[in-house]
Amino acid sequence: MSIVRPYGDTTGDGMVQVSFTLPVTHDKRAEGAAIQLANKMGLDPAMLVHAKPMGDGFTFFVVYGRVTHLVDTEKVQVVERDYPLLSAKDVNAVIKRKLRRRLSVVGACIGTDAHTVGIDAILNVKGIAGEKGLEYYRELAVTNMGAQVSVPELVETARAQKADAVLVSQVVTQRDAHLQNTRAMTAAFREALPAGKRPLLIVGGPRFDELMAAELGVDRIFGRGTTPREVASYLVHALLGDQK
Amino acid sequence: MEKLGLDPGVVARARALAAEAGAPVVELARSHTTVSVERAVLRLAGVRGADSDGIPWVNRLVDAVRADVGLGHGVSVPVFAAMAREGIDDVTVLAQKAAAGAVTFGVPAKKAELVAARRAATRAANAGLKVVDRRRVERERLIKRFGDAPRRPWIYLIVATGDIYEDIPQAQAAARAGADVIAVIRSTGQSLLDYVPEGATREGFAGTYATQENFRLMRAALDETSKELGRYVRLTNYASGLCMPEMAAMAGMERLDMMLNDSMYGILFRDINPIRTFVDQRFSRQVHARAGIIINTGEDNYLTTADAVEAAHTVTVSQLMNEFFAHEAGLEDWQLGLGHAFEINPEVPESFRLELAHALLARELFPDAPLKWMPPTKHMTGDVFRGNLLDGFFNLVGALTGQGILLVGMMTEAVVTPWLSDRDIALQNVRYVLNGAGNLHEDFVPAPGGFIQRRAHEVLGEAVELLERIVADSMLTAIADGTFGIMKRPADRGKGLDGVARHDGDYFNPVTNALEGLR
Repeated sequence: MSIVRPYGDTTGDGMVQVSFTLPVTHDKRAEGAAIQLANKMGLDPAMLVHAKPMGDGFTFFVVYGRVTHLVDTEKVQVVERDYPLLSAKDVNAVIKRKLRRRLSVVGACIGTDAHTVGIDAILNVKGIAGEKGLEYYRELAVTNMGAQVSVPELVETARAQKADAVLVSQVVTQRDAHLQNTRAMTAAFREALPAGKRPLLIVGGPRFDELMAAELGVDRIFGRGTTPREVASYLVHALLGDQK
Repeated sequence: MEKLGLDPGVVARARALAAEAGAPVVELARSHTTVSVERAVLRLAGVRGADSDGIPWVNRLVDAVRADVGLGHGVSVPVFAAMAREGIDDVTVLAQKAAAGAVTFGVPAKKAELVAARRAATRAANAGLKVVDRRRVERERLIKRFGDAPRRPWIYLIVATGDIYEDIPQAQAAARAGADVIAVIRSTGQSLLDYVPEGATREGFAGTYATQENFRLMRAALDETSKELGRYVRLTNYASGLCMPEMAAMAGMERLDMMLNDSMYGILFRDINPIRTFVDQRFSRQVHARAGIIINTGEDNYLTTADAVEAAHTVTVSQLMNEFFAHEAGLEDWQLGLGHAFEINPEVPESFRLELAHALLARELFPDAPLKWMPPTKHMTGDVFRGNLLDGFFNLVGALTGQGILLVGMMTEAVVTPWLSDRDIALQNVRYVLNGAGNLHEDFVPAPGGFIQRRAHEVLGEAVELLERIVADSMLTAIADGTFGIMKRPADRGKGLDGVARHDGDYFNPVTNALEGLR
């Protein structure tokens, strides 16, 4: 079944719930305006279930309603995982067999972004969601540069560590800082190193569009919910080819 | 009221160990100065403004003095000796001349000139401290006139638009909606700037630059709102990063009420050099003590990188260290907003009981400190419905354990910077819990020998063990080895190290003299 619609409590009912704020004082007209907005969003009929004044001149609404839209799951475009998911043991074994040295990974948060939560989740031994980070992998040599690393520092460290892969995390997205920083980073690597010598460039963060890799000049983008094991498996796949 | 049955002998042992571990660090702080300490002295002595590139005159002046005579004498004597020699009576004018290369600095050889320079520096610094004193009296007067926050915990809300003129109406709206404390988050990256930007600022990343003018504008706006609401709304910013001492001085002069000021945060999370941090921290805390400012420490951060159950005792250790350093710098218990957080993975069995045990332990170890209780962030996933429930349980622990300052958790943590509606829903959550269960701490007594008591004893025991190891290895070694928050920070590395200097025999700092003379 490739055509679907939202599910409330019955197949095909199309029910959704949305909440939003309008910059108007709460009265009957405000409630009407909320329903009108919901209608324009495709909710028909729209049920206004909650309206609450917030501060001066704002009202918060919760609306339930049926949407008329359908989605075709066949036509959805996503970046599917196109490499096998390996265990830590397998990752180590492949590197040992094929590379015959430790695979060097350099990670950092670049720009003014001080949020190391993403890079730490992937790199720190501690890891995330019960999965150990890349530092735990015996055959990976990990350099975690932490937060607020400048692009030249990153390039220099990548060179010094003979990085096979560079992982950059970007959490702050105000004024598209994550996109600008990523472009600056890839440009610097292109300038500093010839194509064959350049490490694999990977960015991650909760607000990246995984389809933008080519546009940003990176080899791969990892989005929200990525685990260390996925990154390790990708590194092996991209750098050492298929594992059979 | 004693609810955990803690052994007073163990508690005393923990404090004694913290003092022993901290003593060499205090010695280090007493025997060094930094560019930022010296700039703070000059700010108090009246240097204002910045050059056309936005570099503050205090930076230009300290750099000029340093190039001629180094930092080891302190800048006060060379600066005020030069003023007498050049016949300049405005220290900002001297800075401008020095920046143009028109002044050379030295320590006077003649005793009389030296004494005169010290006297002039002391006079100027005291004028700055008098402003700080007046501000403190003013705060006390306004609290009396407008009234204080109606209850504990104080409700603490954050604004962070990047634009001070956008922050102001948001802060006022937050106060009207029930906030007792407004914190203006700084732009990411400011902690690593080795100067304080000037003037009112309208662009920052994920926060607004801390400048003296922004402090003044926000405080004035909140005074208006305090008057309107009939309760004094407190203002918070950050004395952290490379300019910690200057932030403290500015906060004192502009009547900020609370400042984030942790003894180790900059070292661990910003890779600032440990010695730089400890020297800057001691000075900034001395200024906070004088200004009547409540500090907020940053123990919550350890739990965002380490596991909140395994690392619970590192929070206790850090609180004990922060308490020791704070007392040593002259802060009183009512000024110690020691931090801790609700960061245990909600999937862990008994996670709520563990949280209660940890929070109660902090409460009983520091009965007179207004503890700062921080909401869940690490396990906020984007499932805003679950997040709202988690925040409710966080609020309940706060009420049950008598926390002093409650940072309001947002269900959209990790999703967006809070929307108007997020803040409203979060405050509704807090109000529900405080109205419904605000006094539940009167009835809540954990069973003797039960899970909560046992857990609290266990954490305290682990804290004592860790303190013993720190004493054996020295604090700087422990930091270098990654004892706190996993990060390894050796004392000879990190940002800002080049701005540290050992005192020469004739080191002179009129602000430190005044602050220490008072005690």
